[in-house]
Amino acid sequence: MHLDHSHPHAGATVGADAHRPDGTRRALRIGLGGPVGSGKTATVAALCRTLREELSLAVVTNDIYTREDAEFLLREAVLPPERITAVETGACPHTAIRDDISANLEAVEDLEDEVGPLDIVLVESGGDNLTATFSKGLVDAQIFVIDVAGGDDIPRKGGPGVTTADLLVVNKTDLAPYVGSDLGRMAADAKTARGEMPVVFQSLRSEAGVTEVALWVRAQLAAWTA
Amino acid sequence: MSRAALFVLADGRFPAGGHAHSGGAEAAVKAGRVTGAASLEEFCRGRLHTTGLVSAALAAAAALGVDPVELDGAADARTPSPALRVAARKLGRQLMRAARATWPSAELDALAREFPKGAHQPVVLGLTARAAGLGPEDAAYCSAYESVSGPATAVVRLLSLDPFDATRVLARLAPELDRVADRAVEAARGVVAGGGVDVLPAASAPMLEVGAEGHAGWAVRLFAS
Ligand SMILES: Nc1nc2c(ncn2[C@@H]2O[C@H](COP(=O)(O)OP(=O)(O)OP(=O)(O)O)[C@@H](O)[C@H]2O)c(=O)[nH]1
Ligand SMILES: [Mg+2]
Repeated sequence: MHLDHSHPHAGATVGADAHRPDGTRRALRIGLGGPVGSGKTATVAALCRTLREELSLAVVTNDIYTREDAEFLLREAVLPPERITAVETGACPHTAIRDDISANLEAVEDLEDEVGPLDIVLVESGGDNLTATFSKGLVDAQIFVIDVAGGDDIPRKGGPGVTTADLLVVNKTDLAPYVGSDLGRMAADAKTARGEMPVVFQSLRSEAGVTEVALWVRAQLAAWTA
Repeated sequence: MSRAALFVLADGRFPAGGHAHSGGAEAAVKAGRVTGAASLEEFCRGRLHTTGLVSAALAAAAALGVDPVELDGAADARTPSPALRVAARKLGRQLMRAARATWPSAELDALAREFPKGAHQPVVLGLTARAAGLGPEDAAYCSAYESVSGPATAVVRLLSLDPFDATRVLARLAPELDRVADRAVEAARGVVAGGGVDVLPAASAPMLEVGAEGHAGWAVRLFAS
């Protein structure tokens, strides 16, 4: 996972470089993608609340046509406002996280310059489709968030997000009885699609909330700083 | 160095941030000034002969080795709208990143150090062309073409315009693109011949400037500019 190749030339920070121009190790960057309304922003908010006492965090949001996600996080005061940045994506959030990551790289670097040192930057992609994945030049690990209400056949349908994300989160398990989603079937299909790669079933409405995902994030950070 | 580098630089997929900008097209669509292929063509023509010409001349001058810091000042002076200056510097910074990763060069490094938050995009574009071993004509063509291809692709998204119509608009503008690129290079050579940056064209499109100021204040928009 470590992308530790050296700088092609002094002073230029390029994509996945693991170090900042001054030679210090940069923050771990984790991307969160997934369909519209699956609970990405809610997961980001919960992670911030859980981890902010022990870690230095910042968030970049990629909204499709508003600043809604950033504004929600600001309103909820999950982090001080200077730690939250919105990137404008030109109607194409997956372009901004995969094909042309320059605006997002600028955002994460500016955050590190202005409020750093940071341990983790969470990058949320605006809700998109099942093919949206983050470039390895932008993030070190990615979480794909789906929910039980979007249909329990999504893990079976697969697609790059479901099959390749470092962590698959199946959110809103509290709603399963109401929408008739079969969690056992979702788990089995996810296993078929992902093999040994981790899957977390969570409800942010439950007591446990984001605990398991937060554990995974801590493990990623431990590996990053090791 | 290879002429084919021009294709790499001019490719709409060159990852330098352009996809998030409409070149004023979003404001023009909202205002009802662009409603289809015919009005898109008029919009692009106007942009080409104003902003497009100015940008192409700046790019050509940078490609010829004119001091980019001076050119950046000239670009500022030719961009009345603060919102457009911000957009031009943002795009310049994004292009700088892609350029340094693609064609490492001491001149690019120096300009990046001078403007850590970004120099005007056409200046960076010209210097990028230079780093890629390309000439002032190439830089001018790239810049002039970008001035119309950006809005054309944006309008495909904004109006669900038939993409073939948008492409035809660009093809019809080709002879004018040739002329604009020629004029731009001529002006850039005038700078080197001793005229200084003041001889660069200063054509402006007031509606683009006004539209950009309004657009920057919208709460809901698809494009950053
Ligand atoms: N019942 C239930 N609702 C949830 C849960 N997680 C999130 N929600 C709600 O689902 C809605 C959408 O959540 P968001 O976090 O905004 O979803 P998102 O994926 O960020 O959405 P976009 O950014 O628009 O794609 C909100 O009303 C949340 O409160 C959950 O575990 N259970
Ligand atoms: Mg969201």
